[in-house]
Amino acid sequence: MTHTDPHPHEQPADGTSPAPAPGTPERAATAPEPAAGGLDARLVVDRSGFRLDVTLKAAPGEVVALLGPNGAGKTTALRALAGLTPLTDGHLHLDGTALEHTPPEARPVGVVFQDYLLFPHLSALDNVAFGPRCQGVGKAEARARAAAWLDRMGLAGHAATKPRRLSGGQAQRVALARALATRPRLLLLDEPLAALDARTRLEVRAGLRRHLAEFEAVSVLVTHDPLDAMVLADRLVVVEHGRVVQQGTPADIARHPRTDYIARLVGLNLYRGRAAGHTVRLDAGPAVTTTEELSGPAFVAFPPSAVTLFRDRPSGVSARNLWRCEVTGLETHGDRIRADLTGDLPLAADLTTVAAAELDLRPGTPVWATVKAAQTHAYPA
Amino acid sequence: MTSLDKPGAAAGPRPGRPRRRRAGAGGRRGVPLPLLLPGLLALAFLLLPLLALLLRAPWRALPRQLGSTEVWQALQLSLISATAATAVSLVLGVPLAWLLARTEFPGRGLVRALVTLPLVLPPVVGGVALLLALGRNGVVGQWLDAWFGITLPFTTTGVVIAEAFVAMPFLVISVEGTLRAADPRYEEAATTLGASRFTAFRRVTLPLIAPGIAAGAVLAWARALGEFGATITFAGNFPGRTQTMPLSVYLALQNDPEAAIALSLVLLTVSIAVLAALRDRWMTTP
Repeated sequence: MTHTDPHPHEQPADGTSPAPAPGTPERAATAPEPAAGGLDARLVVDRSGFRLDVTLKAAPGEVVALLGPNGAGKTTALRALAGLTPLTDGHLHLDGTALEHTPPEARPVGVVFQDYLLFPHLSALDNVAFGPRCQGVGKAEARARAAAWLDRMGLAGHAATKPRRLSGGQAQRVALARALATRPRLLLLDEPLAALDARTRLEVRAGLRRHLAEFEAVSVLVTHDPLDAMVLADRLVVVEHGRVVQQGTPADIARHPRTDYIARLVGLNLYRGRAAGHTVRLDAGPAVTTTEELSGPAFVAFPPSAVTLFRDRPSGVSARNLWRCEVTGLETHGDRIRADLTGDLPLAADLTTVAAAELDLRPGTPVWATVKAAQTHAYPA
Repeated sequence: MTSLDKPGAAAGPRPGRPRRRRAGAGGRRGVPLPLLLPGLLALAFLLLPLLALLLRAPWRALPRQLGSTEVWQALQLSLISATAATAVSLVLGVPLAWLLARTEFPGRGLVRALVTLPLVLPPVVGGVALLLALGRNGVVGQWLDAWFGITLPFTTTGVVIAEAFVAMPFLVISVEGTLRAADPRYEEAATTLGASRFTAFRRVTLPLIAPGIAAGAVLAWARALGEFGATITFAGNFPGRTQTMPLSVYLALQNDPEAAIALSLVLLTVSIAVLAALRDRWMTTP
């Protein structure tokens, strides 16, 4: 990164430095927020029957994952950031520069598309050189830069290869190199691992994590896979129905899910209710006893593995956190059986295959479910 | 080709053989007679005239016929003007196809209908319309004449214009179809890499749709090569200047039928070559 760049996108390695990057005085002068590095956006897109309204902020060097179910508006948000979908309202500031009216070709934004969209008629090298060429770099220089990027991605031997001859993992790295070769200040990745098979995925995920960690500007990735999000991102922004429903570090979100979608993603039973002391009276009906002491609106969460099932009402177990349920479904979950229950409280319970056989569980079987207070987790809503 | 000398032997087994094989391979269900008979009749109807052309061809006199300067003149003019008309169609038609496929504007449906009009318009009417537009007293032609001294009717340029008028819609429709089938997200990807919309078109879309453009160009070229009505109406029939192959075939038929057959054979050969060039596109996709 020692080239003299005609575009003043380069910043010192310490991207979090509050001082404006050298060579960008005109940006600092017009910046609405003093020396605002990184991304500051409110994206509003109205489409028939759908409204996206999300606020995104990210510091340089940060990797943010937009996580959400299909149709939540993640890809629309990404397209809006890239300028491919116009904003109905809101703003988009990158390193203090307003970009909302800038056409996509003039934005310092690189995109890795879901199925990569490598140009099939160009070699891997020419795909990567495409961006620099469009930015006015000479042919030889652009190809040299592209070769350096391919080398960095461990693809030096595939420079002359056409995209259809590349494996999925190789194509993903070429797409990443192509996006990075334009030296973007914002890197967007749309479901970067979705097109890969499970085995390749593991390996590419690790490589991608490394490259994202090296990238000094903002990265935003869109995924519906919680594992991808948690491995790759520093911060998760969960989007549902076009809105941000929760954001935070992966660990925080995994411990304190605030919607059913996230709870299911991280494999927790989640209920909303009103806390008073050690008891949370759930909106769904029964109360849950917890070790935390809270008051007011609260969430209670516990993992399916914390649930114990009995055919008969257990004696010697305290009546607290004991519910009458009925099995609605059973499925294998790794080496365990996941039982879906309805009744006093809808919940998911994990048990061993042996336990499931001893209990003779089948859909319709009445059971008693219990959870120890110590295994529940309550937090303010 | 040797069996063609005996008409009965050639016409009989040819259409019959594939039918029998298909009926056998298609299982025990058989082909309904009300479909089989008209189908075979249609096939015979389509092939018989071509067969007749081959049967009555003056094979021995052919070299002499084709060696005459008039034939060469007409062939040369036809090839040049059809190629020029195709070039005009490419330069103007591909951008039009892009506009139709990739942009939204009011009345786009109407524009597309108007573009396809020359496909169904009788070519003679096209020729008349061209005369009224570009003729010496035409709507635009009078200004061309007065300001630049350009006269288009009854010139070789007129031939090219008449052929382009008839052939361009084939190219536009073909390229537009290819563009619609091509993934527009490649253009978006190019845009995010800093390419303007035109650069994206030139460096990404154009190479991607090249096969479609080639097919459209071949189709337009074949149409231009066979153009008769608009050409004779707008450009007339002057040997060496505007008399293309179809025109000289028609003329020769009146005073030298053998020459007409020889010329027709040349055009038939060209048509078969075009079909062969397009076979991947038109014949493998049922």
